Amino acid sequence: MLTLLLLGIPFLAALILFAPKDRGWKNLALIFSLVEFVVSLVGFVIYKQNPASELLHFKAVWIKSLGINFDVSINALSLLMILLTTFLIPIIILSTYKKGVKTSNKFLGLILAFQMAVIGVFMANDGFLFYIFWEMTLIPVYLICLLWGGENRSKVTLKFFIYTLIGSLFMLVGLIMLYHHTNVNGLHSWDIQALYAAGRSLDFAQQGLIFWFIFIAFAVKIPIFPFHTWQPDTYVDAPIQGTMILSGIMLKMATFGAIKWLLPMVPLGVQEWGTTVMVLAIIGIVYTSIIALGQNEYKRFNAYISLAHVAVIAAAIFSGTHQGIQGSIMLMLAHGINTVGLFFISEILFRKTGTTMMDEMGGIRQQNGNFSTLFLIIVLGVVALPLTSGFIGEFLSLVGIYQFNPYFAAVAGLSIIFGAVYMLRIFQKIMLGESKNENFVFGKLEPSENIVLIIISIAIIGLGVYPAILNDIAEIAAYEALLNIK
Amino acid sequence: MNLAILIPLFPLIGFLLNGFFGKKMSKTLSGTIGASAVFASFIVSIIVFAQLQTAPGNSMTVNVFDWISADTLNIPIAFLIDSLSVVFLLIITGIGFLIHVYSIGYMKHDEGFSRFFAYLNLFIFFMLLLVMGNNYLVMFMGWEGVGLCSYLLIGFWFKERENNNAARKAFVMNRIGDLGFLLGIFLIFVTYGSTTFGEIFPMVDGASESTITIIALLLFVGAMGKSAQIPLFTWLPDAMAGPTPVSALIHAATMVTAGVYMVVRSNVFYSLSQTASTTIAIVGILTMLLGALIALFQNDIKKILAYSTVSQLGLMFVALGVHAYSSAVFHVTTHAFFKALLFLAAGSVIHAMSGEQDIRKMGGLKGKIKITFLTMLIGTIAISGFPPFSGFFSKDEIFAHLFQSNYTLWLIALFASMLTTFYMFRLLYLTFFGSFRGTAAQEKHLHESPKSMTIPLLVLAILSIFGGVLGLPASWHLPNWMHHNLEAIVIFDEPIILSHATEWLLMAIAIGGAVVALVFSYVIYRKQGILPVEKESMLKNWQKPIFYKFYVDELYETVIRKPIDGLAKVFYKVIDLQIINAIVDGAGKGINRLGVSARLLQNGNVGTYFVFMVAAIIGILLFTFLN
Repeated sequence: MLTLLLLGIPFLAALILFAPKDRGWKNLALIFSLVEFVVSLVGFVIYKQNPASELLHFKAVWIKSLGINFDVSINALSLLMILLTTFLIPIIILSTYKKGVKTSNKFLGLILAFQMAVIGVFMANDGFLFYIFWEMTLIPVYLICLLWGGENRSKVTLKFFIYTLIGSLFMLVGLIMLYHHTNVNGLHSWDIQALYAAGRSLDFAQQGLIFWFIFIAFAVKIPIFPFHTWQPDTYVDAPIQGTMILSGIMLKMATFGAIKWLLPMVPLGVQEWGTTVMVLAIIGIVYTSIIALGQNEYKRFNAYISLAHVAVIAAAIFSGTHQGIQGSIMLMLAHGINTVGLFFISEILFRKTGTTMMDEMGGIRQQNGNFSTLFLIIVLGVVALPLTSGFIGEFLSLVGIYQFNPYFAAVAGLSIIFGAVYMLRIFQKIMLGESKNENFVFGKLEPSENIVLIIISIAIIGLGVYPAILNDIAEIAAYEALLNIK
Repeated sequence: MNLAILIPLFPLIGFLLNGFFGKKMSKTLSGTIGASAVFASFIVSIIVFAQLQTAPGNSMTVNVFDWISADTLNIPIAFLIDSLSVVFLLIITGIGFLIHVYSIGYMKHDEGFSRFFAYLNLFIFFMLLLVMGNNYLVMFMGWEGVGLCSYLLIGFWFKERENNNAARKAFVMNRIGDLGFLLGIFLIFVTYGSTTFGEIFPMVDGASESTITIIALLLFVGAMGKSAQIPLFTWLPDAMAGPTPVSALIHAATMVTAGVYMVVRSNVFYSLSQTASTTIAIVGILTMLLGALIALFQNDIKKILAYSTVSQLGLMFVALGVHAYSSAVFHVTTHAFFKALLFLAAGSVIHAMSGEQDIRKMGGLKGKIKITFLTMLIGTIAISGFPPFSGFFSKDEIFAHLFQSNYTLWLIALFASMLTTFYMFRLLYLTFFGSFRGTAAQEKHLHESPKSMTIPLLVLAILSIFGGVLGLPASWHLPNWMHHNLEAIVIFDEPIILSHATEWLLMAIAIGGAVVALVFSYVIYRKQGILPVEKESMLKNWQKPIFYKFYVDELYETVIRKPIDGLAKVFYKVIDLQIINAIVDGAGKGINRLGVSARLLQNGNVGTYFVFMVAAIIGILLFTFLN
């Protein structure tokens, strides 16, 4: 029942917000998203008490002749992804709270519609349903970016849309191929276990083929080098909320998908091609980190460092080790929080300084020490300092990669050095020293901005100091993933 | 519940109080909170030290909570109190307290007063974690944490670009070392299935020698960063941009010796790997020599002391390289006394000189700031190695070990030590003797520092004089407490097997060397009153490379930074935008073009359609027949 509630609340909210009269119902959207967050916390408590609870599962026959079921459930991995989503969506909605700026109902409705779809992605246990939810997420995000984006929005969003859609179509083909090999009492089925079994019954070459079909969809969405070129442009031109959704939540669909759908379905394919993926990811870490060093535009900079971090996640997943997978999950959470924090700040900076060029900023710390401290905490989270959320994920990921191949870990570990170089560089450029403009006044933050930054900071430090609260679940998720692989 | 848990807790509370409420508090309250938090830790450390003497196995483990659990990898936040960590606890909290008290006076007029104490307390907290952790991960947590505090404190005056650059450089160079450290931890986990000291050390020799060597070297890479060894040493002189108490606490007495602590803690790896030990000894001796050489030509009072620290750290690593672990810890201790003293005294000089740091503009301060002069003199004698001051004993022990294992190491160390005496007395003569060379305004303003500053100086001076009692030489037939204390920690101990006569001779040579260096310094800087050249460009050609620290920074600039900045442009503008993106766009356009051409087929002309139809039918028939 809880699963339906999680889908229903944002769905209902979206319906109300799509009502013809546009009244700017921010509070309504916020309340719905908070209720959703509370429900997910209830799910967390239920899961802690009894992972097999009836409340966490729902299954109904949908299209019997094709073997399609409406089968949704919450397990360790999906629980963490859902918590991340329900935690971030209220923050994303809060980021529209600005004095004197009206926010369209439709805009908020699209955010909530996205939330419903993405939670569906995380809960689906049926290949067909998974695919439906997967594509469903694209529509609200496309509209958000297209209708509220920056100058080049139509060109950029079209590219993003087509690129990811083509990737997804490959996945559809891959899934259909698998479907034809399923056999449940003589019938085909879209059930995840049936798909697992079908995949594993295939030979080496077939598994390799299906691996690529499905992986392409994930590779574009994550994105992994060299499938990433849609990402920086989209992050820059999308409205800030769109960027937060894309980087904070949407790309986790792909890394999540890799763990839940790809790894157990075609283990031989992963064995054959996992190393290739790791090499691409590790090239990506170094390549995008170096590019980030040369970026001066704040959003584009963040786009590239985000690429570097998700590449660590990808490499860790395909190491196929327990620590690697667990680390990747923890890193997904940390990355979601950090990146939303960083993009949240971009709007504050733009509003206060009138520019997004970091070279033209500076001298903010002496004017607003509190903001500077909160920014520094996020910076340290990205740098993955111990006692911040980033550390556990990055550490375990690298342990996993190391077990797969020590040299890979040594190169991937360069992200530790690069991270310090580029993050401290931008912190200095933006915050420290003297302002370029003598009459520059930074002033105070709005209450909603302070609240968001404080919540993010608490999450970063809280998860770093006492990660066990979620790490225990990530550990189970990694066990479950490996159980399906072996 | 063990008392030891309170040791890091007090500074943490101090940090939180000053961090959250500092702005609303008076400076007196801020400073008092900061200093008393560390003092409370010091008291608890003493109690714990006493408890330890009766504890079984002279060690105690305190579990706080489970931090990370990932299948076979389990990392608790847990503390190990044993005879090694307790020495460091006493140094950190004891000297830390004195420096906090000193800072109350030194930072009195600074607007960031409470922020300063918050950072200092946070530093103490992380430094305590570093030495208290019972596994490599907690050590790493402290390790990175002190790096953060070092960053915050070097860049404490963040309006100046220079300070920020220095802070960033320190953090990044440390991170380079940290990657080595981290890889070392991975290999330890993969090899032994644990990161907890107590579980790893008994089974170290179960692994192959090459594995042990790689672990030892990787850990040492971490130590190179933190303890400013070649080639990762250039951040330390730049770190002098921070307030002077910071230089004394972090960049002399405690943080920079963390590398020594780590190697001593992991001594079993080094004892079992001759390759790693030799590497350390070579890096150490070169660093010692290099630091001493560069210090000869510096004119900034803090820079001289910074290079001196680099040099002394080199000496500690040479000692580690010849497995003289307890001697290295002994030297860490005495060095903490006299180098903290020297820095704080230098701070007092700078305070008196209204912020001036250039010794060319000082002179004749002896009569004006008597306590500062006296304590600086004591520190100088101690670092120079004259008996019976503390530096003599710790250096002497290391020299005996060096002599026993390798004459070349011993000779170079002796030479570098003579250089140390030379440049330290150069500093003393130029600062305190001769005539005053500053401005009239500075001269008018000359004054002795307040009691909050001079009392810590006096306490440290006493420690610098008598600190040697912690490790008296065997040839004197007196107990060596430090050595005895660390017996349980050092698994493969290398005792001094020299005859007492040889030991006496070595002592005589060392003292003789120091006297010669002192005389040289006296003749040049006191008797002849020679002053350093006014501008760097006036340095002689052979002196220039030394003054500019052998152009190491310039080398990094050309070999690493510029190529990477170049790559950043090439990767972005050429590969990303013009190649990868062009291919993607090209694929899109290609499909578009395909669509355009395909559309032409639908031209609405029935005749054309008919031709296609006939052609298709023929094609199908042919296909069927051929099959």
